[in-house]
Order: sequence, then structure tokens, then C-alpha cells
Amino acid sequence: MIAVEAITFQYSPGPVFEDFSWRVQRGDTWAVLGPSGCGKSTLLALLAGLLLPSSGRVRIDGAALLRPRPQTGLILQDYGLLPWATVRQNAGLGLKVRRFYGADGIHAPRDPVPGRSVDFWLDRLGLVPVADQYPAQLSGGQRQRTAIARTLLLQPDLLLMDEPFSSLDTPTREALQVLTMELAAEQNLTLVLVTHALEEAALLGRKILLLHEPPNRLADLVDNPGAGNPAYRESRAYAGLCQDLRRRLEMIPVRPR
Amino acid sequence: MTMSATRRRDLLLASLLLLTVWQISAWLVSRPILPSPFTVLLVLARDLKRGELAGHFGASLWRVVAGTALAVLTAAPAGLVLGQSRRANRFFSPLIYLLYPVPKVVFVPIILLFFGIGDAAKIVIIFLILFFQVLVLVRDQAAGLRPELLQSVRSLGAGRRALFWFVYLPASFPAILTALRQSVGTAVAVLYIAELFATNRGLGYYIYFQGSTLLDYPAMYAGVLAMSILGLGMYFLVDWLERRLCPWRFIQETE
Repeated sequence: MIAVEAITFQYSPGPVFEDFSWRVQRGDTWAVLGPSGCGKSTLLALLAGLLLPSSGRVRIDGAALLRPRPQTGLILQDYGLLPWATVRQNAGLGLKVRRFYGADGIHAPRDPVPGRSVDFWLDRLGLVPVADQYPAQLSGGQRQRTAIARTLLLQPDLLLMDEPFSSLDTPTREALQVLTMELAAEQNLTLVLVTHALEEAALLGRKILLLHEPPNRLADLVDNPGAGNPAYRESRAYAGLCQDLRRRLEMIPVRPR
Repeated sequence: MTMSATRRRDLLLASLLLLTVWQISAWLVSRPILPSPFTVLLVLARDLKRGELAGHFGASLWRVVAGTALAVLTAAPAGLVLGQSRRANRFFSPLIYLLYPVPKVVFVPIILLFFGIGDAAKIVIIFLILFFQVLVLVRDQAAGLRPELLQSVRSLGAGRRALFWFVYLPASFPAILTALRQSVGTAVAVLYIAELFATNRGLGYYIYFQGSTLLDYPAMYAGVLAMSILGLGMYFLVDWLERRLCPWRFIQETE
């Protein structure tokens, strides 16, 4: 589905990616793991079409990615909710944007399939009791659920998540991790989740891309076929993988930024 | 959503307190230059009904409203452009930096020279005072929108136009209203100064004429009261608009 073809991307100190290639199959669940400053968020922004590589290209379903693609959903740690809009209005924002442009194939899919309603998603994500509240009145978990509702309402086939649960407390984070696994299966999503938490990567990513100190040239891949269901957290395979990932991460030199 | 009952009661009590202090002072001073609030209120009611004061009030009100509208309609779009375009802002910001802190009241004589004694001069003065305030606050608000917010909305398919309508424009409302709340009092004060010169319409003229020429102190005080009501009215209007247009800023109060 995603083909990252020999991309180079530069920030001021030096290249973050150099001639870097990577492939994501449709329906895969990927975790991108690495220490801070390794280029995880940059990679996600490149997949989202928010940044463009200086050479090479990112293709999605064969088409070169030159701008954000309407079927890609993006969830950030910062939620990105409009402070002046209620949960219901925030959840419906993507639909409003689509209606604003019409089915032009650039900002909205050319042949939109009627999806579920705002109310369905508010209900599915347990947001009905807070539907008329503003983001400032919500807990972090509720804000992230609102962002998820807003994104899934647009029926994405690819969901990109950048440290989506990093600012949440442990129970909320674990509940949302489980919810993400359920939703990815329900909606046949291809998922790419960026995280610095190796436990999160091990739990969610059936495949793990390990990024190193920049420049990243080769994709360092870890298979993790057991991931994707909550019970995996209790298994021996999970514990072993976490140990392995920890060792690998410790070998990556921490570069002062 | 209007004022809560407690807030209304508190404001009423504060007004009563002010009137009481005024009344007691009038008794103590016991000279024509400080008439009692009742005398002044009676004169205010009489002159408003007779039409003379109402006309002056209307003239001042029109100047404030027209100057404010003109400032918002020009400064808000300019602020949005500067807030979105780093290059435009780099070009204009030294200019704004120099002009923003200059007290616009010093331009009153110059503006009177250029625009004469009609409404135009007064409207231009109010426009000048509010323009920079609105411009700077809207610009900073637009420039300060979190990149994560913009990225998220872009990922929903929003291009430049949708970002403008769904993000930048609504984000500018609170900035506009804050600017007006900060400056509408100054605008009315400077309007008063401007109306002292070369005009025979407006509350400034009325106050000056009653006090210095006719020596009708109750009428002069009625004029002062009318000017206070004008300033307060504008302030209340901005407050009300803010509660209507930006309810999310008052959630702590309503919860």
C-alpha cells in the first residue's frame, strides 16, 4: 500500500533519511519505534503528505504522494481539536471540510461512500455524555477519542498516529491501545503508529520499524506476529520481545540535540 | 447567555454605592459645581426627551460605531494575512512596531486639519486608535495557532481556504473582541477631546458648552453621564458579544 522509495529528507543539522526505502502492505499494523530525534515524526509527516522528501518519493497505492491524501487519517499527540468547537462539532469538522470543497478528489475522495454518522462515532467512542462540551472541559483520553472519532468518520483506509497516547495516564493509555486494536480490525485499517515506548510498539505493532540515529539508511524491521490483541501483553513472547527491543534501543547512541 | 443574576445584582449594588457617594459629596460640597445625582438624572431625562442631548448622544454614538466598524473590517483581515504569512509580517512588523505604541490622541489636531470639522475627522481618530490594537492582537492570535492544530485540520483535507474559514477566522473573534474591550474606552475618551474643537455636535461639545458657556452645571453633568453611558454601553456590548460568540472562554463560569 505504502512504498517509501529511496527518500532523502534533510533538516538543518543533516539528513534524517538518506536513500531510505520501506514498504507497508495493506492491512498491516506497524509501530515505528526509536529514541527522540531519530526522525519518527518526520517519517509520519512524510507519509501524511505534510512534508515532501528532497529526493525519492512516497507512493500510496502506486500514486506519488504530493499533498495530504483524503483517505489518510492522522492522529497527533496534541489532539489538534478546535478549542472553540464542542466535541460534536469537532468530530464533524472533517465532514464540514469535505462539504466545503465537494468531491474534488484532492481535498475529499472523488467517489465518497456514505459512512457512519457523527452520532454513531460519538457513541462508539463513548463520547455521547460530553458531546456538547468544549475540549478544555475534557480529559486527555476524551480529547484523543474525539480526535479519533473525527478521523474515523472520514472512513480512512490508512491511519497514521504520532505518539497518540504519550500524554495520557496508564489506565487511559491502555484502554485506548485496546480500542485502537479493535478499531483497526473493525475498519480494516492499515495502521502506522509512531511511539517512543517500546511496550506500546510491542503490543500494537505486528511489524516494528526501528529507527536509529540519523541519517537512517536501512529499514531495521522486527516481526511481531502475536501483537494486536490485549491478551498478548501477558504472554512470554511479548516479554521476550520487550527485552529484545530494550537491548536494541540501548545500543542506539543518544545524540544531544 | 447573558449576565448571571448574581453579576447583575453586584453591578446594581455598585451603581447604588456610586450614587450614594456622589449624593453625600454633593451635600458636603454644597455648591452649584457639584449638583446632586437626582438633579442631574432629572436633567438627563428631560434633555434626552427634549431631543437636544439625544441628538448629541446620537452624533457621538455614530462616530464610535462607524470608527469601530471601519477598524474591525480593515484590521482583522490585515491581521489574518500578517499572521499567516511570515514574509508579509517581516515586511510590515517594523512599521507596526513603531506606530502601535504612539498615542494616537496626539494626531487629533492634524486629523482635524485634514478632515475638517465634520464626522469624518472623529471617525478617523477612533479608527486609528482601534486599528492597530485589532491588527496586532489578530495577527498574534493567527500566528500563535499551534502547528499541530493546523496539521490535524490539514490532514482532514483542509487547504488554504478551508483553514481560513474553519480555523483562522473563528480564531480571530476572541482577538477582535479583546482588542475592542481594551481600547473602546480610550476611543471614547479621545472622541471627547476631538469633540471639544471646532464642532457643534456630539457629547464633548455639549459638555464643554454647558459647563463653560452656559454655566448650566446640572446639564454639564448630564452630558458627562451620557458620555459615561456611551462608554459603558460599548463595553457591555463587547462583553455580551464575547459571551455569545466565544462561549468556550466562559466555561469555568457557567459550569
